[in-house]
Amino acid sequence: MSERQIELEVLRYDPEKDSAPRFQTYSVPCLNEWVVLDALNYVKENLDTTLSYRWSCHMAVCGSCGMMINGEPKLACKAFIHEYSDKIRVEPLAHFPIERDLVTVIEDFIGKLSSVKPYLIPKDDKPISAGEFKQTPAELIKFKQYTLCINCMLCYAACPQYGLVPEFVGPAAIALAHRYNQDSRDGGRDARQEVVASNEGVWECSFVGACSEVCPKHVDPAGALQQVKVASTIDWYKEHLMPWVKK
Amino acid sequence: MEIIQTDIAIVGAGGAGLRAAIALAEMDPKLRIALVSKVYPMRSHTCAAEGGAAGVIKSDDSLDLHFNDTVGGGDWLSDQDAVEYFINEAPKELIQLEHWGCPWSREPNGSVAVRPFGGMKIKRTWFAADKSGFHILHTLFQTSLKYPSIQRFDEFFATDLLVDDGRCQGFTALEIRTGQMKQFQAKAVIIAAGGAGRMFPFTTNGAIKTGDGMALAYRAGAPLKDMEFVQYHPTGLPNNGILLTEGCRGEGGILLNKDGRRYLQDYGMGPETPVGQPVLKTMELGPRDRLSQSFWHEQQKGNTVSTRWGDCVLLDMRHLGEKKINERLPLVRDLCISYLGMDPVKEPIPIRPVVHYMMGGIHTDINAATPLPGLFAAGECACVSINGANRLGSNSLTELLVFGRKAAMSALAYMQSGLSTAKDAALAAQAKDSESRIQALFDQPAGQETINGLRQEMMHTMEQGAGIYRTGEGLAATCDKIAELRQRYVGISINDKSRVYNTDLMQALELGSLLDCAEAVAVGARDRKESRGAHQRLDFTARDDQNLLKHSLAYYHPKEPPRIDYLDVVITKSQPGVRDYSGAKK
Amino acid sequence: MSCKPYIRETSKTTWYLEHPRYKRYMAREVTCIFILIFTFELVCALGAVANGPEAYAAFLAKLHSPLSILFNLVALVVTVYHSVTWFNVTPQAMPVQIGEEFVPGQYIVGAHYGVWAVVSLVVLILGVW
Repeated sequence: MSERQIELEVLRYDPEKDSAPRFQTYSVPCLNEWVVLDALNYVKENLDTTLSYRWSCHMAVCGSCGMMINGEPKLACKAFIHEYSDKIRVEPLAHFPIERDLVTVIEDFIGKLSSVKPYLIPKDDKPISAGEFKQTPAELIKFKQYTLCINCMLCYAACPQYGLVPEFVGPAAIALAHRYNQDSRDGGRDARQEVVASNEGVWECSFVGACSEVCPKHVDPAGALQQVKVASTIDWYKEHLMPWVKK
Repeated sequence: MEIIQTDIAIVGAGGAGLRAAIALAEMDPKLRIALVSKVYPMRSHTCAAEGGAAGVIKSDDSLDLHFNDTVGGGDWLSDQDAVEYFINEAPKELIQLEHWGCPWSREPNGSVAVRPFGGMKIKRTWFAADKSGFHILHTLFQTSLKYPSIQRFDEFFATDLLVDDGRCQGFTALEIRTGQMKQFQAKAVIIAAGGAGRMFPFTTNGAIKTGDGMALAYRAGAPLKDMEFVQYHPTGLPNNGILLTEGCRGEGGILLNKDGRRYLQDYGMGPETPVGQPVLKTMELGPRDRLSQSFWHEQQKGNTVSTRWGDCVLLDMRHLGEKKINERLPLVRDLCISYLGMDPVKEPIPIRPVVHYMMGGIHTDINAATPLPGLFAAGECACVSINGANRLGSNSLTELLVFGRKAAMSALAYMQSGLSTAKDAALAAQAKDSESRIQALFDQPAGQETINGLRQEMMHTMEQGAGIYRTGEGLAATCDKIAELRQRYVGISINDKSRVYNTDLMQALELGSLLDCAEAVAVGARDRKESRGAHQRLDFTARDDQNLLKHSLAYYHPKEPPRIDYLDVVITKSQPGVRDYSGAKK
Repeated sequence: MSCKPYIRETSKTTWYLEHPRYKRYMAREVTCIFILIFTFELVCALGAVANGPEAYAAFLAKLHSPLSILFNLVALVVTVYHSVTWFNVTPQAMPVQIGEEFVPGQYIVGAHYGVWAVVSLVVLILGVW
């Protein structure tokens, strides 16, 4: 097994001691098959137990370990050492306040996720005893991709618009609203539009497309947002040009 | 210390905790529900479950078949009244999840699709591709956002239960971001904080699965049940233990030794079935314990493949074809390519058994109630027990739902049963004690022991003594070692002296939980002198229904090893028999 | 309370220099300025036509200046760039699903090029005619 000595430059911030973040460098003997998270765990276990970061599943599904790796938003558990040079810079996710070291404050994201009503608002309600709602594979495919978001927030760290306008509801939350809008069982689009189609909603997006480029699950939030814009535009024309046509 | 007044507080916001919270919010919108978790809900380990959830829905299936598969799979250690309740509720819960939007995979006609799983006589596993747990967790989390009465406390680490007047009335928790202790006062507490697989070095379990919920109840006097039964999943990636779902075999993947032989036929699961045409309850669709044990035997015989990650066997899925693998097992393919650099479409994947699930847990009855009044438990941290000595794949996701809801119903009924008035001063004093304990740990001067050092020793001894096959001698050594580690834990160093997001302190607390749980596993295993399900003894190879058709109960002692007691298994209609996984013969 | 989250401000003036993908995005956005000016030129052309043959001749004479030729060449290049980058993202904004499959993105992009070619041809024919 080949081993490489990696210089890991980690942004440290202890609010009780530091007035601003600073870099600290660790020299880590890494196996080539490792991911950056393994290197961080090596530091935590062997070099410096005070380093703080979030992680759990190590298989890119829990969404805990999003961070900036060489300036790019990545899951540390899916950033392979062999894809980097001998110097790797690790920072907390951009656009989020730094709580401590690589840990960010994510309450803003959680609030935005809740604000779009990301749950099924059934078109027709029926009791459990009546069995499942039918949904064909074609109807499932229509929204399936947007169910794959793991809430890792890499898209928020990549989106310059979110950095400039923190009120922007943002890629993952709007993509999730779109996921329910597209679900054949759902009838809640009107209820979601209030937030989704507001100024801070989809219209704040200028289609940089960065969110989709960094998404580790290929959810394509940028695509979802453009589709929401198209649908909202059609709504507007219907409402103003053809007021007699019911939505 | 800030006191947070609630009606019912839930520790853990994974599948079971979220299901319980939603059930409570639906039953009584006026309830004050606190959902407390050391991680944000969507980080909970439910998200890593891949294969699916079992529930009878198809016309060719029956509740009796699900019952028999579960009880037989559990080597008759399951409580049959609980299994009966479970299988009855299972389809309702899975349909409920469908009504909440879970993207279950579908048949062409729009009905929910099911796939075969190990140890099942008939296809019964509802699935959402190979991300079933992920979709269940996110569906529950998103649905929970509908209910304003569910107040979440994300990233709060519960440290001690508050027990007064003989009943559980809340707990203390460390707010991780501030380092401050909070007192949660509640009329009933539900623990749904997951398993403890991290006591082993090679596990599918995420870093957060450190048995904190189990230890919380255990230290407060509730016994841990059947802890010696630890499930190895037969197919983990050899380098880091990432799970490859049983769905791989359900869809038709086969297991080969170094000679290309489907070796399972040599361990009572044959005769060989045609490649690509899996036969239920046969060969690769045998139960997890048998498959993991077969690996051990192949390893002894020298039939395994040597890789740089150790001995492996091969999981061959090539005959399934790219289209089917992409449609049914996209995550598996992605994981193999990403973490092993191998594509299952093109080559067989080396795999080996990996610690996956704790059948044991906090002792509860069929109502999800623990012996400590006011304390309820559900999910992997609990032991009802429906899983007996070996859990059937895809029963645990359903269990989260069925018993998460049951715990909510029981807790509500308990709360409404006319409780005495809480003695605030007594509770506050206990909370103060808990705060002092954590403060003492935090302030401790640097000692000889490191968290990582003790953790490595714990994992090593657990693998040595309490692995797939066990001996009295090995277990005695492991028991001694864990007892020693518990003593040395007292001198542990916390280097991090910052209050804010102190993961050093958290890891110390987690290690404490793990050591407590590990000791219950080791002592339970040492004292169970038989082989049953996932507990296999080389010195007691037979099942002993005469003396040990019983649950073990481990009672905590702060300094000594736990006291082990036994409790009869509830048998209603299925007498212990022979576990037969050679379906192809018939 | 010991929490003191550190907030990193995004620079309002230089953010787009921070990453190549932001520069690519800005390049696409900047093309709008040229398209705007060119549209203005077209409006002027229409105005000149409406004002009679002399006005139109005077307008054409102005177009013959080297600066104007340079501008129109640059405008042509950036308009093509603008169109190509937009066509490339149309599969995201307008996915087409047939049964259980999505139509591959290149077909949707291809269809846009097709329509573009047809429209250009029609304009050309009308112009010559």
